[in-house]
Amino acid sequence: MTTTTPASASARSLARARKRQSLARFWRSYRAHKGGLWGLGLLLLIALVAILAPVLVGADAQSVTSAPGGPLEGPSAEFPLGTDQFGRSVLALLVYGARVSLTVGLLAAFLCVAIGTVIGIVAGHFRGWYATVLMRVTDWFLVMPTLVLAIALATVMDRSMWTVIIAIGVTTWPTTARLVRAQTLAVESRPYIERARALGGGHGHVMTRHVLPNVMPLVLAQTTMIISSAILTEATLAFLGLSDPTITSWGGMLQDAREAGAVSAGDWWYLAPPGIAIAVVALSFTLCGRAIESVLNPKLGVRS
Amino acid sequence: MAADSTPALVQSATSDGGPTPVGPSSAARGPRARNTKAYLQYAATKIVGAAVSLFAVLVTSFFLFRLIPSDPVKQMTGGRRVSEQQLENLRHQFGLDQPMWKQFTSYIGDALTGDFGMSYQFHTPVIDKITDALPATLLLTGTAYVLYSALGIWLGTRTAWRNGSRSDRFNTAFALTLYSVPSFWLGLLLIIVFAVGVGPIPGMFPTGGLESGGESGFAYVIDVAHHLVLPVITLVAVGYAQTLLVMRSSLLDEMGSDYLTTARAKGLRDDVVRRKHAVPNAMLPTFTLMFVNLGQVVAGQILVETVFSWPGLGGLFYQALSVPDLPLVQGLFFVFATAVILANTLADILYPLLDPRVGR
Repeated sequence: MTTTTPASASARSLARARKRQSLARFWRSYRAHKGGLWGLGLLLLIALVAILAPVLVGADAQSVTSAPGGPLEGPSAEFPLGTDQFGRSVLALLVYGARVSLTVGLLAAFLCVAIGTVIGIVAGHFRGWYATVLMRVTDWFLVMPTLVLAIALATVMDRSMWTVIIAIGVTTWPTTARLVRAQTLAVESRPYIERARALGGGHGHVMTRHVLPNVMPLVLAQTTMIISSAILTEATLAFLGLSDPTITSWGGMLQDAREAGAVSAGDWWYLAPPGIAIAVVALSFTLCGRAIESVLNPKLGVRS
Repeated sequence: MAADSTPALVQSATSDGGPTPVGPSSAARGPRARNTKAYLQYAATKIVGAAVSLFAVLVTSFFLFRLIPSDPVKQMTGGRRVSEQQLENLRHQFGLDQPMWKQFTSYIGDALTGDFGMSYQFHTPVIDKITDALPATLLLTGTAYVLYSALGIWLGTRTAWRNGSRSDRFNTAFALTLYSVPSFWLGLLLIIVFAVGVGPIPGMFPTGGLESGGESGFAYVIDVAHHLVLPVITLVAVGYAQTLLVMRSSLLDEMGSDYLTTARAKGLRDDVVRRKHAVPNAMLPTFTLMFVNLGQVVAGQILVETVFSWPGLGGLFYQALSVPDLPLVQGLFFVFATAVILANTLADILYPLLDPRVGR
């Protein structure tokens, strides 16, 4: 495995060069999609803001006790987006909310893709009753209304960010599993899999070395779409009060605003920014996903 | 018919809905009879599958709400101070002191007769709360469903037919944006702008609810319609986008086809080619989406109903969550899942009738 003979080293550097080339080719086609570039640019900007949050707005921006302003003030020079019911700057909260939304979106999508990929590859690779059982379970999860199941799960578990991540991950994997299984079946019908088997490659070798790399690009395109819907679901669960109430998230801000009476008082500055932020991030991931998808498969339309 | 279709049903169930083997006797009846028989077998398979799914939902709803919470009684009392004796009484009252298998069998038996127990917060049978709230949900989401499906199909056809034009790019971008907007947020904004009023815009619609009360006859109908406007706009805005995108992409797939060139070569007018040839063929993915959404009609749009205080199933679900009122959550969970499963089964059964290439 880790032999360093000159022959294998050159083979590895060849492989690296090939990988670099295909990445460059991917980027050239991706660049042609204007929407995809916009999405990517916006995401990089938002990620930067989220990472630099303590530097940009100060670490105590979320503290209720050291709030700098009066309750529910309109936008001013000091507070460009006004203040919340405790006198905290809405802009500062918005910046911190980006951390939760991105974290939950990425982790939930990762969980979903991990479960979906493992089950999809296993169900596609093996024949027999356990593969059938796996697909039956997948089909069953597929027909369940995702949001209702996620809400039910979040209701019976403790209130925390992890609950939200698990609830989203556990309810969204079946689509990925179906996709991965279909792709696995397509890959395994190719002759080189037969060659690998003839040379003594076991199930694990075929699945991880041959099927997985071929399935990954498609999964990647789908992941960006899943992140987008995970961020929307996180906002929804937080708005229903099913997330950790002590952390600032965009959905949670909307719930706070509603409970503080911002709707009937017409305090639009408190309500508009979190929703716009959710929409911008979700839209950016969707745009990236569409661009990746059409690069990988130009004939592919937008799936539901 | 039912008797001689049973063995073939088992066969087609094991072959996973694939081409059903046809015996010599049905071949003798001619192609039409054979197709009908194959179709009935296919439909029966789907119905059996739906029944199995429903049972699985029932089992899941039992375990989801019985095993994951550490102590349902603690959840029920919501951290209030209660004596050990009171806890015991509650456990006995809700049958939680029974062995698990006994709870399970009685739960299944009760659920099959529509009995989902008593609501913790309303002290009325769960099923009564559900049947009371159902009409309001059907009115709201049904109206929205018809509107956004029609709008999505119409706009999707238009944008695909003028692919690449300025109106196509604008409509697609607009739909993608609305698709990324949380529905409840859009509802809140609409309330602020059109119910509370911002700047020069006066509040012209009610902020929520189904009726103002005190109206009757025609005035009542007008009043309810007035209350419907904002929630329906919210649902349509968020819902039409997906239909548009699906319709657009499936029509784009059809547009390069030879049969359209043939139709044009025959000298047919452009809009005839579109309406009679391209759109019917492109409808299939859209139909699938419409049936998926049909299941959501009953689930209600939980968030939109919550925001507009709509007295439907979605609003009831929110009320049940905040307690949490587990029997009510459980009953609603079952009703929502059932609606989705039934809608999907209906789609599966109607599919081969819409497209002869499927399921035969």
